[in-house]
Amino acid sequence: MPLSAADIKKLESKARQLRCDMIDITVWSGGAHIGGSLSMADVLTALYYHYLNVRPEEPDWPDRDRFVLSKGHGGLGLSAALADKGYFDRELLHDFNHFKSPFGMHLDGNKVLGVDASTGSLGHGLPMSVGMALGARFQQQTWRTYCLLGDGECNEGSVWEAAMAAHHYKVDTLTAFVDRNQMMIDGRTEDIMSLEPLAEKWKAFGWEVHEIDGHDFAQIGEAIEGAQAMKGVPTVVICNTIKGKGVDFMEDDVKWHYGSIDSELAARAKTSIMGGAS
Amino acid sequence: MTEVTGTTWNVYDANTLTQAEIYGRVLCDLAEADPRIVALTADLANSTKIGVFQEKFPERVFNVGIAEQDLFGIAAGMAKSGLLPFVSTMSAFASMRALEQVRTDICYQNLDVKIIATHGGVSFGQAGTTHHCTEDIAIQRSLANMCLIVPADGWETANAVRAAVQRPGPVYIRLGRGFEPTHYENDDYGFEIGKAVTITEGTDITVIACGVAVYHAAEAAKLLKDQDGIGVRVLDVHTIKPIDEEAILKAVTETRRILCVEEHNVIGGLGSAVADVIAASGKGCAFAKSGLPDCYSEVGYPEDLYSHYCIDGDGIVGLVRELLHREFEADEDWEDEF
Repeated sequence: MPLSAADIKKLESKARQLRCDMIDITVWSGGAHIGGSLSMADVLTALYYHYLNVRPEEPDWPDRDRFVLSKGHGGLGLSAALADKGYFDRELLHDFNHFKSPFGMHLDGNKVLGVDASTGSLGHGLPMSVGMALGARFQQQTWRTYCLLGDGECNEGSVWEAAMAAHHYKVDTLTAFVDRNQMMIDGRTEDIMSLEPLAEKWKAFGWEVHEIDGHDFAQIGEAIEGAQAMKGVPTVVICNTIKGKGVDFMEDDVKWHYGSIDSELAARAKTSIMGGAS
Repeated sequence: MTEVTGTTWNVYDANTLTQAEIYGRVLCDLAEADPRIVALTADLANSTKIGVFQEKFPERVFNVGIAEQDLFGIAAGMAKSGLLPFVSTMSAFASMRALEQVRTDICYQNLDVKIIATHGGVSFGQAGTTHHCTEDIAIQRSLANMCLIVPADGWETANAVRAAVQRPGPVYIRLGRGFEPTHYENDDYGFEIGKAVTITEGTDITVIACGVAVYHAAEAAKLLKDQDGIGVRVLDVHTIKPIDEEAILKAVTETRRILCVEEHNVIGGLGSAVADVIAASGKGCAFAKSGLPDCYSEVGYPEDLYSHYCIDGDGIVGLVRELLHREFEADEDWEDEF
């Protein structure tokens, strides 16, 4: 069922809150992958607050939907969402990046409740997601697997090995998202190693492709629901996003791939995020 | 978890079956009892001999094409979903092409994935160095959570595969190509992960071997006994990790001379693992390692290569004779400490 206007309003509000949480964690951590966490925040919000069938009070519930953060450096964003969902106490995130903390920049699934796969090295999440989806089907379970990739990550050959396999095995319970914020560490994706035509590449690999505004909840919802209804082929949703989305001084600026902020900058960032509240 | 005790494997001709063929048959038996077991490969279903499994359980085989990174990633995902994946490919690809997936997806997450690495060492002799793997013992033993087994022959492969199912977490089983001689006469000799098998007793020197070198060490021991009257203790240290420290230190104390033999680079393999144990114990002994002397392997029939690198019977005999004459500083108090 398409998202209602009320649903969308609620999700937008939640996304603003999570973005503010990400800012807080960035301050506490001394430095974090803020740009890419902000760009993926709306997809993450739509999943965790509307579409994922999960039980935070029972993190290992066998029939839960799986979420694999293949762009593992988005761990900042994911940990904000998991804390807010109640997987663990938000206060624990004060230790983010600190000595012996369970929360490193790239989340460890054996240490952090709610993390379905330990990721960080790029190009690993999609193959694992294909394995999860195949495992569910083999055991006649109906849960779905969602995998969020970075756009720069699509340089990795293993992404395309998995793309080939997902089509071959017709794993229609797998939905991939590409956070197409156009940037990687060293600059713009099209300058470093061009990805375009990205949608055509996925189509050529046999995937159903949606290309959307990754900050528009109506479009995100429509794409996810389209993927859920799709039979026989996996779906990829290319989410056109803005790196640093929501924070005016971070938006579309590669230097905020990873950064640290003080309380003054944090206040400015939150004002910018909440400025879009009207 | 399935209980597998004693001999459940009912195809017994280890002399005519390769290690990998035996793996395929044992896996069939195990899979009958354990619905979690699936087999994965990357276009090497034939080479890694899982054909018999494929015939019996076609829906439980996943051949992902020539894509080893994907192979191990998919296996990790399957293990996460509750399956028990057995992944077979050549050791060069399992240990090097897909090392990061094995390390990060499988070992770091401590997943129940069993890796059957075929064509280890120089067993695919004529294929040349790209298809040899003389680094995998060093690589795999450095991965935390990994259990590393190098079976001596087909019988020991059967035992290792069964034991791997019982052991939680990742296991790497290194096989040859399948034309190696068989040492054991059956599988009923008390195989246990992490426990060395004493092949021959002796107090003059100990030869510590794994894989195909076990057969050759046993041959050498027989010859040395017959020709020189030397008592050689041969240990089959099939589990490189966790290694049997007790058997190694007992051998150091009782024989004081240790020769390690393996189909691997002398750096980082069985010999290095044994040396770690001895060095940490503070015991001195005469010590030597045989294997590839930090070089890339030559092309040739495996038996010619074993001879060239002194891991065959004659080679081991020569090394034993040499080591018996090496002087070293013995500690007078050894006996008291044990």
